[in-house]
Amino acid sequence: MTGRTAMVGSWVAAIALTVAFFFGADAYALRLGMLLAMYIALSSAWNIIGGMAGYPSFASSAFFGLGAYAGALVQQKGTPMPLAWCFGALVPALVALVIGWVVLRLRGHYFAIASFAVAIVLRELATNWTSLTGGGMGVNLPVLSISVLAQARFFFAAQATLAVIAVAVSALVAYSRLGFALACIRQNETAAGMLGLDARRAKAAAFALSAALAGAAGAIYASSIFYIDPGDVFDVLIAVKPILMAMLGGAGTVAGPVIGAAVFFAFEQTVWAHFLSIHSGVLGMLVVALALFLPRGLLQWKYAKKTA
Amino acid sequence: VLGQVLLNGLLLGGLYACVAAGFSLVWGVLNVINLLHGTLVVLGSYLAWMAFQFLGWHPLVALPAVALLVGLLGAALQAGVLNRVVGSPVLVTLVITFGLDLLTRNALLLGFGADYRTIRRASTWGTTQIAGLNLPLDRAVAASVALAMTALLYLLLRHSWLGRAIIAARMDRDAAALMGVRVQRTFIAAFALSAGLAGAAGAVLGLVFPISPLQSDAYLGIAFTVCVLGGLGSVVGAIAGGVVLGLVESLAGFAFGAENATIVSFVLLIVLLAFRPEGLFGRRGYA
Repeated sequence: MTGRTAMVGSWVAAIALTVAFFFGADAYALRLGMLLAMYIALSSAWNIIGGMAGYPSFASSAFFGLGAYAGALVQQKGTPMPLAWCFGALVPALVALVIGWVVLRLRGHYFAIASFAVAIVLRELATNWTSLTGGGMGVNLPVLSISVLAQARFFFAAQATLAVIAVAVSALVAYSRLGFALACIRQNETAAGMLGLDARRAKAAAFALSAALAGAAGAIYASSIFYIDPGDVFDVLIAVKPILMAMLGGAGTVAGPVIGAAVFFAFEQTVWAHFLSIHSGVLGMLVVALALFLPRGLLQWKYAKKTA
Repeated sequence: VLGQVLLNGLLLGGLYACVAAGFSLVWGVLNVINLLHGTLVVLGSYLAWMAFQFLGWHPLVALPAVALLVGLLGAALQAGVLNRVVGSPVLVTLVITFGLDLLTRNALLLGFGADYRTIRRASTWGTTQIAGLNLPLDRAVAASVALAMTALLYLLLRHSWLGRAIIAARMDRDAAALMGVRVQRTFIAAFALSAGLAGAAGAVLGLVFPISPLQSDAYLGIAFTVCVLGGLGSVVGAIAGGVVLGLVESLAGFAFGAENATIVSFVLLIVLLAFRPEGLFGRRGYA
C-alpha cells in the first residue's frame, strides 16, 4: 500500500467512523467522543508549532482559555454560536502574533518558560479582570433548549469538524513551503536563516495557526458546557496533555497527534474509571515511562523497526 | 508606608532566593528545567509539619533532617530516572519532570489532603519596631535562615571539591570527565543538593506560610522568575533575583493590589526573557 492510498483510506475510514458514531452513540459516548475530538484538535494544533517547528510551547492552555472567553463573552451578548467560535479562533490568533513577536525570539528552555508565563498571565487576568470576565465566578453561557442527546450530537459534530479541520490544516502545512520552512527551523534555525529563510515569519504563522485552532476548540468547549471559569479553561493540563499525545504518537508527523490522542485518551479514561484517587499518579508514571522508553513516539518506533 | 513595603519585599526576597537557588543549579548544571521543584518545596513543608506535629520539633530544628530526606529523594530520582535523559531534547526532560511532579503531587494529596495546614507553635516571636517599621521576627528569622542556606550553597560550590566538580561538569561535561570527574555521580550530587535546598526552603516557609499541595505552582513560578531575573545558574544571581522579585511583588501589590502582583511579576519575566535573557546582572555566572 502506498503512502497516498493509506492516507486516503484512513481519512475515509475516520470520517465514516465519525458519522456512524454520530448516529449510533448515546449521549454519554458522544460527550466522550467530543472530548476526544477536542484533544485531537488541540494536539494537532500544538504539533504545528511544537512538533513541526520544534518550539516547546506550553501556551496551548493560554489560547484555549482565551478562545473560550472570547467566544463565551460575545455569545453572552447574543452572537450566534458559529460566529462566536470564529471569533474565539480569531482573538487567540491575533494575540499569538503579538506575543509571538516577543517570545518567538527565544529558543529551547527559555521559550518553554516564556510560554508557561503567558498562560499564567492570561489566567490571572481572567481571574482579576472581574468587570469583563466575571472573575473567579466565571461566565454563564446561554443554554440550548434541545434534548440532551441532540446537544451531545451537536457539540460532538462541532468538535469533530474542528478536529478534521485541524488535521487537514496540519497536513496542508506539512506539505507546503511553510512546513518545509518549519522543518528547517527545527533542524537548525541559524543555518536556515543564513540560507535566506525568513524564520521569524514562518514561526509567527505557525504560532498563530496553532493558536487559532486551540482557541476554536476552547470556544466550542465553552458553548458545550455552558459555564467556564479561569481555573477550568486555563488549566495547565490543557497545555500539557496535547504535548504528551503528540509525543506519544510522534511529534512532527500529521498522523502522530491523532493516534497519540486516541491512545492517550483511551488510557486516561480507563485509569479514571478504575483508579480515581491515584489517577494523576498513574498518569505521571505513564508520562515518565513514555519519555524514557518511547521518546520519539509510536509512529517512529514502528518505522524504525521496519527499516532496521 | 513605602519603607514598610520595601522591608516586606526584602523579607520575601530572602525566601524566594532560597526557593530558586536549587532550581537554578539544576537548570545550569544538568540543563534540565525541573518542574518538580515546587513540589519538593511543599514536600519539605509537610515533613517539617509532621516533625512538629508528631515529634514536637521546631521547624528550624527539623530543618537538617528535612533537607537530608528530600535530598535523598532527589538523589534517587536523578540516579534512577533523570541521569538517563541528560542531554535529551528539551521536551523530553520537561515531560519527565512533569510526570514526576504529577506522581509526587498525587502522593502528597493522598497523604495530606488539599486543605491548608499551619505549624501552630505555642508562642511566636512577635514583632519589634525598628526605625518606625514593623519587623515580624518570625519572618525575619525565616528570611535570614533562607539566605544563610543559600550562601552555604555558594560556599560549597565555590570552595569544596564537590562544588568544583559540579561547576566543571557544568562548564564542559566531556572535559570534566577527562579530568577524572565522575560526571554521573556529580549530577546526582547536584540534584540532591538542589532538592535538599528545596526541602529546607519548604521547612522555613512552613514557619510563615500555610502549607498545601496547591502551593507548589506558586513556588515553581517564583523559581522561574527569580532564575530569569538573576541570570541562569548562578547562586549570587538567585539571591539578587530573589530580592528583586520580592521587592517588585511587594511594590506591585502596594500599587495595583495584591491580587495583581503575580501578573506584574510574570509580565516582567516575559519582557526580561525577550530582551535580556542573561538576567539583570549581566554575565552567565558559574557559582
